[in-house]
Amino acid sequence: MMMIYENIRLALFSLKANKMRALLTMLGIIIGIGSVIAIMTVGDSVTSTVADSMSSLGANNITVTLEERKDDEEASDSMFGMNWGSSQDDNAKQPTQKDYITTDMLRQMKEAFGDSITAYSITEQVGNGSIQQNAESGKANVSVMGTSLGYFLANDVQLVQGSYFSEEELENGAMVALLSEEALDDLFHGDADAAVGSTMTVSVNDKYYNLIIEGVYAKDEDETMSMYSMFMNSDATNLYIPLKTAQDINHASGYQTLTVVVDPNQNPDQLAADIESYFDNLYRNNRDFIVSATSMASMVSIMETMMSTITTAIALIGGIALVVGGIGVMNIMLVSITERTREIGTRKALGAPNSSIRLQFIIESIVICLIGGAIGIVVGCVGGIAAANYIGASAVPSVKSILISLGFSMAIGVFFGYYPANKAAKLNPIDALRYE
Amino acid sequence: MSRTIIELEDIFKRFYIGTPNELEVLHGISLKVMEGEFVAIVGASGSGKSTLMNIIGALDRPTEGKYILDGVDMIAAKDAELSKIRNRKIGFVFQTYNLISKTNAIKNVEMPMLYAGIPGKQRIARAKELLELVGMEERMKHLPEELSGGQKQRVAIARAMANDPAIILADEPTGALDSTTGRMVMDLFHKLHEEEGKTIVLITHSPELAEETERIITIKDGNVLGERKGTAR
Repeated sequence: MMMIYENIRLALFSLKANKMRALLTMLGIIIGIGSVIAIMTVGDSVTSTVADSMSSLGANNITVTLEERKDDEEASDSMFGMNWGSSQDDNAKQPTQKDYITTDMLRQMKEAFGDSITAYSITEQVGNGSIQQNAESGKANVSVMGTSLGYFLANDVQLVQGSYFSEEELENGAMVALLSEEALDDLFHGDADAAVGSTMTVSVNDKYYNLIIEGVYAKDEDETMSMYSMFMNSDATNLYIPLKTAQDINHASGYQTLTVVVDPNQNPDQLAADIESYFDNLYRNNRDFIVSATSMASMVSIMETMMSTITTAIALIGGIALVVGGIGVMNIMLVSITERTREIGTRKALGAPNSSIRLQFIIESIVICLIGGAIGIVVGCVGGIAAANYIGASAVPSVKSILISLGFSMAIGVFFGYYPANKAAKLNPIDALRYE
Repeated sequence: MSRTIIELEDIFKRFYIGTPNELEVLHGISLKVMEGEFVAIVGASGSGKSTLMNIIGALDRPTEGKYILDGVDMIAAKDAELSKIRNRKIGFVFQTYNLISKTNAIKNVEMPMLYAGIPGKQRIARAKELLELVGMEERMKHLPEELSGGQKQRVAIARAMANDPAIILADEPTGALDSTTGRMVMDLFHKLHEEEGKTIVLITHSPELAEETERIITIKDGNVLGERKGTAR
């Protein structure tokens, strides 16, 4: 115990005597530990943010997607049943009208599954557009989207004024719309009473549509929205129109993707499997396309697994810096031992056993690594929090990763310090004493 | 006469054994040092006296021969035991002082006691006592680089005394000092010998210094050339 204390004191002394050298040596450890901590922090915060926002869309929801029929090994490549990067697969077949999921199919499915299915949430994007009431009023950017009634349920869209679309409006494709509070501020100075019932002209894709405002929905603090607008660099809010209306505008019928809102008493994973086999039967004669159904819960867990794999992989690359840093420590320890050969000889002459010489230099190496590690943790936490804030996720560096890092830097100290320390311990006392 | 502290018998030391340039440095040296004696070992450079000192100081092992130090068979001792013997039974004083740099005088004196596992308080008390003995109590917080040659050697002597060793082995202790400070260091050895009753083995090439001791053993070409009485009591 006494020896350890003395050795720590000695190690600090020798670091203080060579401040610049010590700092440069630590730099490798600082960068290594710092980058690992930063990456872990960002990874964790992005994972939890995305998982939270996915869950907020309804953990009980099932996403049903039309996708290309693939060989088994290929099928596992496409995550979530979506294509990551649109031009990733040049041979991708485009679905035609006959392949789409139809309203009839959904109606039959609802009959087949009964109360298990609460509603369908279906959307049809029309495009980004803008609304300008008149010369005095401001302009609002909107993303025009056709929705089924289930969409409002699945996404928890709350009205502050007016009403949702009626069955009839949905059926007939009426020219009605739900406006966001943000757009209301821009267009009507926040006067919802004035807005509801009035007609506005929306320009989308160089076409103009006159829509009656049926209602105003509450501001959505959902993080997906903020992430969406961050990535898209857009202040556009959704302008909801009935699904049929959007399909008429797009000259589309049938759907490629939809969300099934599941009764809370049902097991979504089981229902997803049942829905998938239901569609397998319907699509058994379709050679190009099948329908997949995935529950949100399993998507979240797939996403979390994927994110943690990516985070670990990047952190491992950061770990390479740590190994390089460790080699730097070993190098400087060898230099230090050569410089202090006479000291080692003297200590041996004074009766230091090999073990205490070894201990002295291992402790010195551990001290370098631990100080470097501690600085690295601070740098990593600051860097990680800053980076996470920049991409709009809240970050808390985990105590676990800090403790692991400290343990790891200590292990590096032992590992890369052992060889030089052992070399010092095995020096012949006469040679060491006579060393010039 | 008191008991024998050092007993060397037919000590041979060869280097590069089994190679064409095998070299025999010591050709069967035998000598004895009694407890409380002040002995000088003299010889020109290349005479083998340094090799002999390394063997006496347990820094090296003889190729052949018998060596008993304070009742311990040094030939049979393992490396770890030799460390312990160097720590407890031998106090080294080097020509180049060999104080640990960046470490103040009192910590230097404490060092052998640290390796002996003596607790802090006791260590500090003993180190202060020793620094007083060599007249360095005023400078115990000074680093070696802040001390003159003579002062460094006095700290080194205090360090050699730390674990109350059976012998003090001084290798050219005045070699790097001017005659005045060299004189002070020699006086200190006399004091340790007379007042503390220490056994001191002084290795030197200087006949004048050797003359001050009780007995002078002359080494030449790896053999004991002869021995005679010195002027000390």
